[in-house]
Amino acid sequence: MTDLTSLTLAEARKGLADKTFTSLELTDAHLSAIEAARVLNAFVMETPDRARDMAKAVDEKIAKGDAGPLAGIPLGIKDLFATKGVRTTACSKILGNFVPTYESTITSQLWRDGAVMLGKLNNDEFAMGSANETSCFGPVGNPWRRDGSNTMLVPGGSSGGSASAVAALLCMGATATDTGGSIRQPAAFTATVGIKPTYGRCSRWGIVAFASSLDQAGPIARTTRDAAMLLRSMAGHDPKDTTSVDVAVPDYEAAIGRSVKGLRIGIPKEYRLDGMPAEIEKLWSEGAAWLKAAGAELVEVSLPHTKYALPAYYIVAPAEASSNLARYDGVRYGLREQGKNIIEQYENTRARGFGAEVRRRVMIGTYVLSAGYYDAYYLRAQKVRTLIKKDFEDCFAKGVNAILTPATPSAAFGIGEKGGADPVEMYLNDIFTVTVNMAGLPGIAVPAGKDAQGLPLGLQLIGRPFDEETLFSLGEVIEQAAGRFTPARWW
Amino acid sequence: MSVDAATVRRIAHLARIAVSEDEVPHLQGELNAMLAFVEQLSEVNVEGVEPMTSVTPMRMKKRQDLVNDGEIADDIVANAPATEGHFFLVPKVVE
Repeated sequence: MTDLTSLTLAEARKGLADKTFTSLELTDAHLSAIEAARVLNAFVMETPDRARDMAKAVDEKIAKGDAGPLAGIPLGIKDLFATKGVRTTACSKILGNFVPTYESTITSQLWRDGAVMLGKLNNDEFAMGSANETSCFGPVGNPWRRDGSNTMLVPGGSSGGSASAVAALLCMGATATDTGGSIRQPAAFTATVGIKPTYGRCSRWGIVAFASSLDQAGPIARTTRDAAMLLRSMAGHDPKDTTSVDVAVPDYEAAIGRSVKGLRIGIPKEYRLDGMPAEIEKLWSEGAAWLKAAGAELVEVSLPHTKYALPAYYIVAPAEASSNLARYDGVRYGLREQGKNIIEQYENTRARGFGAEVRRRVMIGTYVLSAGYYDAYYLRAQKVRTLIKKDFEDCFAKGVNAILTPATPSAAFGIGEKGGADPVEMYLNDIFTVTVNMAGLPGIAVPAGKDAQGLPLGLQLIGRPFDEETLFSLGEVIEQAAGRFTPARWW
Repeated sequence: MSVDAATVRRIAHLARIAVSEDEVPHLQGELNAMLAFVEQLSEVNVEGVEPMTSVTPMRMKKRQDLVNDGEIADDIVANAPATEGHFFLVPKVVE
């Protein structure tokens, strides 16, 4: 029974249905794996008692033949999702020991469908980061290391705990969120599959807010099929989120293995950056060749405003963050630092409770929204955002079904290697993913190969609004051609 | 555009984040690096372009005007650092 953690979610579903093993056995195998992998710091809270209770309850349901689509599957939950009775911190000191009295819509849907919670996963503080180095619980380690090296690498961020845990076989899948690339970039750094669905596809209710017009939740899993299974349970209309869209949720798994013959795949020339590593360029061509071999048609497309997406993002996202994070005032929940009046209490609480990256973004957001600067920065960025979205609309109007790009400009890097002197160096990690959030589109990252140092690299597919199915079909083609990648266990 | 030390202190106060004098030069450098990065947006011709207000073309949904939640005062104050009964305690605001 030692191999239970290496099963895919789909394989585990079969094993549970065939009664080859129970959810309790599967859950225990993962709890042991988590314990043995604490050096990765992927979990910020393990909930073994709750996991076993949930597993036992599901086992009874399975025995009665009354099992949901994710019955008995152990998952990790990013610490941005409110979980009733289980500490939820967004990995920020300012939330302290916040214990929600409610459950996020997405996690409640996962439990409705029979999934089991193993614990809460590490992330960048308030999801602000691309390396999972801004968490108040410390950085997360990537289970992947360079060939012949012991250097600990970052798993990407902000969903670094989710990606690391899934890659290291600590959970069968994980929830994650993506505001500028926080699902897709860590997926690419760890050879996992991550999908950010269309804005509005998943409810944001009960997820700690970062930038509300960009935030969207999605799964990280080991295969496209597993990701499709998870997304089906996570997606759906929620009256509690006014931006959640009332469109039926398809059976995403049915898209796995569907023919991609005749689909038009756009290759955007603006994603070919100066100084891009040759291996990323090569991976991209290989991916295109695999899709072509499967019957898709490749077309060169132009997205002329691509280079402005990241700067516009670094106005829009901090602006929304400065507004969303105004709620952390030391009055209603979380940390409180004393001051001689209420203003000082706010200022001391927020200085002590927010980490450096969060303080910086709240300040820049405050500045771009302040009197006299609003038009020059925020309003202009919102206009640029309209142009970025129009680039994609023009492309889709010409019959393009999906767009293929690299997921990241490099493979994973060492902890502490980037962004120390200039924050912008770290921000450039999201150069290929951020356009998708700005336009509200779905995007999937799938593992596609390795670099010369043996580190995984991913490709990204961008789809039309609410056409996640095409992304799953195309992602599966790449997965079949590239094969799957598992890190050698060293922990 | 770039910010000077006085502006850094003003923004910090607007954002309700205490900043000590020795943090100012460092923050000023970081904020100016970000402002220099976003400066390239000034090359884009945005003449006549509508600012984006909603990324998905949909009308804002309205909820029915009825009470369907509430009576959970215990829950609301459960995580507060200082309370008295169902009230949040704060330093004296009005003299």
